[in-house]
Amino acid sequence: MGERAKTGSLLSGAEEPVVQFENVGMRYGLGPEVLSDVSFRIQPRSFQFLTGPSGAGKTTLLRLILLSVRPTRGLVSVFGEEVSGISSEALTGLRRRMGVVFQDFRLLDHLTTYENVALPLRVQGRAETSYRAEVVELLRWVGLGERMHVLPPLLSGGEKQRAAIARALIARPELLLADEPTGNVDPGLGRRLLRLFVELNKLGTSVIIATHDYGLMDLVDARRMVLGQGRLQIEG
Amino acid sequence: MAETATTQAPRAASAAPEPALPPTLRRNAPLVPTDSAASRSLAAVIAILTFLAALCAGAAEIVASSASQWQGAVTQEATIQVRPGPGRDLDADIARAEAIAKAEPGIAATRVFSKAEAERLLEPWLGAGLDLSDLPVPRLITLKLADSPVPDLKHLRGTLAAAMPGVASLDDHALWLQRLSTMANTFVGVGIGIVALVLVATGLAVAFATRGAMAGNKEVVEVLHFVGADDDFIARAFQRRFFGLGLRGGVIGAGLALAAFGLAGLVARAWRSGPAGEEIEALFGAFHIGWRGYASVLLIGVIASVVTGIVSRLTVRRFLA
Repeated sequence: MGERAKTGSLLSGAEEPVVQFENVGMRYGLGPEVLSDVSFRIQPRSFQFLTGPSGAGKTTLLRLILLSVRPTRGLVSVFGEEVSGISSEALTGLRRRMGVVFQDFRLLDHLTTYENVALPLRVQGRAETSYRAEVVELLRWVGLGERMHVLPPLLSGGEKQRAAIARALIARPELLLADEPTGNVDPGLGRRLLRLFVELNKLGTSVIIATHDYGLMDLVDARRMVLGQGRLQIEG
Repeated sequence: MAETATTQAPRAASAAPEPALPPTLRRNAPLVPTDSAASRSLAAVIAILTFLAALCAGAAEIVASSASQWQGAVTQEATIQVRPGPGRDLDADIARAEAIAKAEPGIAATRVFSKAEAERLLEPWLGAGLDLSDLPVPRLITLKLADSPVPDLKHLRGTLAAAMPGVASLDDHALWLQRLSTMANTFVGVGIGIVALVLVATGLAVAFATRGAMAGNKEVVEVLHFVGADDDFIARAFQRRFFGLGLRGGVIGAGLALAAFGLAGLVARAWRSGPAGEEIEALFGAFHIGWRGYASVLLIGVIASVVTGIVSRLTVRRFLA
């Protein structure tokens, strides 16, 4: 943290990157490399798309950032911390600074929409009364004010999507990862959700959106990280 | 509270009225889903195992208390039997045997059974109202043994055999009562062993069930990790759920065991009038497990729930590591 404060500057290029990959290679078991020699930096308050054909390794790259898998070779740093051999306490600390929207939402079916969205605050051990107002406000902001007592199986695809996004945002993350966040909704709602991410980015969160929807990417002038056959190219 | 109400009132009046939270909104449901068929089965398994362990503990307690009564009785008494013989003065023999016993250190008191008392002892076998004056009925002298100095019964037996061979003999009941109490101790030991085994079985059943629950709730665990839950938080969530199940099973099992002992006590009391009842009572007292028995049954219920909670927590921690 001290180091970050020292290097902090108004120029985003001078700040410590939120995520840094250096020559990262990744294979599952004895299979072929899914990612080869991937190097990039995600700067604070930046907005980027991660794209490429299906099976190009987008989800693996997101999982590496999420620290749910470790690279076979190369270095991965998240919030300035090199993640090989990281302790489980430090891992939890890093995850609490990230928000993630999964392609399949991953809402817990036995919890209400309210409880699902409140989950990141609840696992920090906070009392329910301390975050109730925040959760309700966010639920109303994403248009789920009337649906907060509903269990996820009864929500529509778009409602689930918004609940998953609200859950990713509730703890005010410094980094937001979204895997195909508009894959399950109609184009109109997809554009509205994209605007939500842009707003969030303006408030200071770094955003990475994995998508192969070129129509969506054309709506925002942002850096594109293109994965193809396990290799990464940066455009823009 | 009053202060909060007054500060909030003007704001509520000026701002557009917000729709209230639904009164039925659930806010803190358990993170690990409950009330599945598997949880009910586990609670049933814990209840059955607790019931069996509690039965064992209660039975061991009955035997242990009976055994200590037997031991108490045997350490305080011995009997000299004086047999009548042709041409012998029985009363003189009795007086001599009593004198020998009294001379022995550690004999607190002696009591000679009169002829009438000795004959009454034969009543159960020969019936009442018989004239036994012609029968050579042996006579008994009971010896009350002192705690200190400890009487040397072996020496007394030798002295009696030397002074009055074939006439007086010492019976200290110790041998067969010792065998009985050894058997009782073995029974108590086996009971404790079975209780321990049943508790281990409970632990293993819980470990398997926890692993099953972890596998079944893999998605939940993964999501909890991604939203920033640490392993300890997740282990606590599982522990809470399994402790609840263990408590339910333990209470049901211990309750059933208490009911079973109550019922057995009632049945034993109803039978007491018959000859079988007398034998049962001679062996087990009033078939009453006493406060120590009730306490151990309840303790087993509590231990089963605690074992369930701890084992599930350890299993989750190992699973996550």
